[in-house]
Amino acid sequence: MNFDHSILTLILLTPLVGAAVLALLPEREDQKLHAMGALIVTLITFLLTLHLPWHYNYSAAPGSFQFEQNLNWIASPAIRYHLGVDGLSMWLIVLTGFLAPIGVLASWNTIQLRSKLFYSLFLLQQVAMLGVFVALDLFLYYGFWEMSLVPMTLLIATFGRTENRRRAAIKFFMYAFIPSAVLLVAMVWLYAKTETFDLPALHAMATSHDIVASPKALLLCSLAFLAAFAVKVPIFPLHGWLQEAVSETPTAAVMVLAGKLGLYSILRFSFGIFPEQSHAVAPLLIALGAIGIAYGSLVALIKTDLKKLAAFSTLAHVSFVVLGIFTFTVAGVDGGVFQILNESLVGAALFVLLGLLYERYGTYEIRDYGGLASRHPWMVTMFVITTLAAVGLPMLNGFVGEFLILSGAMQSAITHHVVWTVVATTGVIFGASYMLWMIQRVFYGSIGHRPGEVRGWDLSAREHLELWPFVALFLIMGVASSLWMKAIDGFGAPVAGYPTTTLSAVNTKEAR
Amino acid sequence: MSTNLLTLLPELVLTITGVLVMVLEPMIPAGQSRKPLGWLAILGALLSGAAAFYQLHIVNATGTQTGFYGSIQVDAFSIFFHLLIASVVLVTLLGSLDYFESPVTHAGEYFALGLFGATGMMFMTSSVELLMVFIGLEISSISTYILAGFRKGRATASESSIKYFLTGSFATAFFLYGIALCYGATGSTGIAAISAGLPAAMATKPLLAYLAVGMVVIGLGFKVSAAPFHVWTPDVYQGAPAPVVGMMSTAPKAAAFAVLLRFLFNGTPLLRDHWILLIEILAVASMCIGNLGALRQHDVKRLLAYSSIAHAGYLLVAFTGTQANAVSGAMFYTAAYAAMNVGAFLVLTQLSGFSERVRSLEDFTGIALKRPGLSALLGFFLLSLIGIPFTGGFFGKFYVFAGAVHNGHVTLAIIGLLNSGVACFYYLRLLAAMYSRPLTDSVSYVPARKVTVPAALALAATVLATLGLGVLPNKLVHLVERAVPVTATVTTPSVQ
Repeated sequence: MNFDHSILTLILLTPLVGAAVLALLPEREDQKLHAMGALIVTLITFLLTLHLPWHYNYSAAPGSFQFEQNLNWIASPAIRYHLGVDGLSMWLIVLTGFLAPIGVLASWNTIQLRSKLFYSLFLLQQVAMLGVFVALDLFLYYGFWEMSLVPMTLLIATFGRTENRRRAAIKFFMYAFIPSAVLLVAMVWLYAKTETFDLPALHAMATSHDIVASPKALLLCSLAFLAAFAVKVPIFPLHGWLQEAVSETPTAAVMVLAGKLGLYSILRFSFGIFPEQSHAVAPLLIALGAIGIAYGSLVALIKTDLKKLAAFSTLAHVSFVVLGIFTFTVAGVDGGVFQILNESLVGAALFVLLGLLYERYGTYEIRDYGGLASRHPWMVTMFVITTLAAVGLPMLNGFVGEFLILSGAMQSAITHHVVWTVVATTGVIFGASYMLWMIQRVFYGSIGHRPGEVRGWDLSAREHLELWPFVALFLIMGVASSLWMKAIDGFGAPVAGYPTTTLSAVNTKEAR
Repeated sequence: MSTNLLTLLPELVLTITGVLVMVLEPMIPAGQSRKPLGWLAILGALLSGAAAFYQLHIVNATGTQTGFYGSIQVDAFSIFFHLLIASVVLVTLLGSLDYFESPVTHAGEYFALGLFGATGMMFMTSSVELLMVFIGLEISSISTYILAGFRKGRATASESSIKYFLTGSFATAFFLYGIALCYGATGSTGIAAISAGLPAAMATKPLLAYLAVGMVVIGLGFKVSAAPFHVWTPDVYQGAPAPVVGMMSTAPKAAAFAVLLRFLFNGTPLLRDHWILLIEILAVASMCIGNLGALRQHDVKRLLAYSSIAHAGYLLVAFTGTQANAVSGAMFYTAAYAAMNVGAFLVLTQLSGFSERVRSLEDFTGIALKRPGLSALLGFFLLSLIGIPFTGGFFGKFYVFAGAVHNGHVTLAIIGLLNSGVACFYYLRLLAAMYSRPLTDSVSYVPARKVTVPAALALAATVLATLGLGVLPNKLVHLVERAVPVTATVTTPSVQ
């Protein structure tokens, strides 16, 4: 049976229907009914997403979309139900599918009360994220983009860790929603100029300069797009929501909180619709990326709370991607896209591990820990592997991404790229230091006072099941990155190669 | 042709049922349930909806119908509002059928007044003669003044009713003054004739014409609670019964907006450049005052009152679009707003009952634990009010702001959408409170009674409408776009 044309709809519908079914199931305490249901739904979704790399046509023309579905939705304004996948979005979809069952496993014991609400919202969140990745109609995309805020906000507000949860939830929502409102104006303005919301059509118009508008208006419009995405990434200095949201959000949701949605949107929409404007702001963005790496790492060094440390390490990691993609070199863009996957995996693994620690000892304060290595040999192994992946040890996945990004940054034609590459590279050193120092303080030395009071146990079978897939992926992605790269390159090459003439024009203007 | 009763069919049905309810009421002994009267009223509302459909059928077959010497006109535009008002009243009646906890002796009035109010609102939307509009406005206002004070014996209820009455009469005075000035300037009170007489008036007495339009807009601005004429709204909404607020924050506003659309686009297109400025000021003021005011509210009904002011502002933004965009955007928005706001107030009705002890944000804290279903519904309506995609509220906002941007009002659209960003704060505060762990034992106030079948029907209707407008807005857009040409051309033959 060939269901290539409906596979994306199927991927979207499975968690949606799952959420509806879970919401209707009766809730009883001390039963894992909803967790079971969510696990089954997320596993089915994951298997469905695997259909994509399996049947993906790797030799398709760059810039083309596959598994497309294109139906009329609303006649006026012309909004279509247009889904499709290319080298950029395919692995992100698989990644989203992969992380969901792990998220369910990670919440297995921590979510006892109101599990129905939790898993329904969790599945809705997955629908929204998958929707963002597959939508090729700007309007449809915006729908999923906004929708992705709601379950997350409710998850934070309801299942947050401390009394600060409501504040964190509202902050998260407002930070993302207000720039999105301006994005909506920009979208509507663009529609007024082009009469279409269809992304491939807009992309074609942009490359052939068919959008009739003043350069200034187009630049403002592109900035409205970029700002909305940058907050969601978050790009330094728009990271104000990150720390509180990360420290409140439960493990399953924090894995998908930052990074990929915003970065994907920049690559797809800012680069797709506003190539020239994106080149024009690239010097600023690589600067912000490099500053973000250094700043995130330095702040992570002084954080005494594990979750807050992880929040700033997230900032540093996503800044790496920002640096890579705005170099507009093949290596930089490919490495950036690959690094989105790495960052999500490493971040997810780290949050799962922190969640395990919290489950045992009920604290995220680093000074409460110490000397756990003797007690949890398996856990410390996992922690160290994750850390090595995060700091970019060769043979593990982080190295591939970081190396590509830094070499891309060095080759780049963007002004001041050398300075910022140097700054970013020092960031790598800081990155290694805060991660390794954290490991040392938590796992080595004398037994801390919290482990002295409570006896924790080493990894259970379920927890092994959560962590081994990560370890396997770190290794495979490190040694066989071409499995992923062959699809990503179909996206990266045309983006980076685009307007060499315009690029030099922009740069000469800058130089003058 | 002169007295074409067909043009008043839905209004006639409503009036007759309303009178019937009033006549039957004394025959039911005191202390007995008035529910049968409620069912009769619901039947009346249904029939008036059917009558509106019949009108649609006739209009489709033979074109626009006029009656009563050209003062009443039935076209796609007025039928749309007839249907909207009939649905709002129907849903409100369904939702308040079991609202009275003990058999209240005067419950019959409640049902009758609802119907009379709807009569007036429908009459407003099909009148193309300002004096007729005025009569409709009075009929609808007087009914809602009484309904606002329906929870007798409570200070807030009396305050609500009297405030509404005083400011409302003040507003109608403005409106009447505007009509008089229109007559002075153009020699007529018919909308078509005003449009025809306006060029001459502009040549000889432009100030009079400006004043006339300004007064009419101000009078209607009171009715739609646009800032700075909004001061009555929070107090009135706070004191009035929750189901009534659901109705009076949507149906009379829809009617007033219909009149405003007809008057501005059909009657005074010549002055467009001037009134658009006035509308812009009202829109920005309403959005800002509504949203900023709501930030400080602790009473949920007051909060929704300020939100209603802000939504009036969004709706006014629609007027700045091109004629087609403006009319279709405004009509879509009224429908979407009606669905979600009536729905929100129906949930409040269910949560707090007749005594309305669940009022403040603190009372709502943790309510999702006790009433998960109703909380989820209220959450859904709040998300729609924020304008989250796949809800009616989002498409409403989208059409409105798209219209403004198409016509070059980008700044206004940015102000509006930033406002909707501010707005999400207070909606979320309520939503987050509902889903947090309870702080106090206030949740125990929440009546544990079951949602009855009619109320469930009403809730289902509003949810489906809100969701339907968000997922498949095509149907309504088609209907709305058919109504657009009506306001574009002057159709009364006497002009030609």
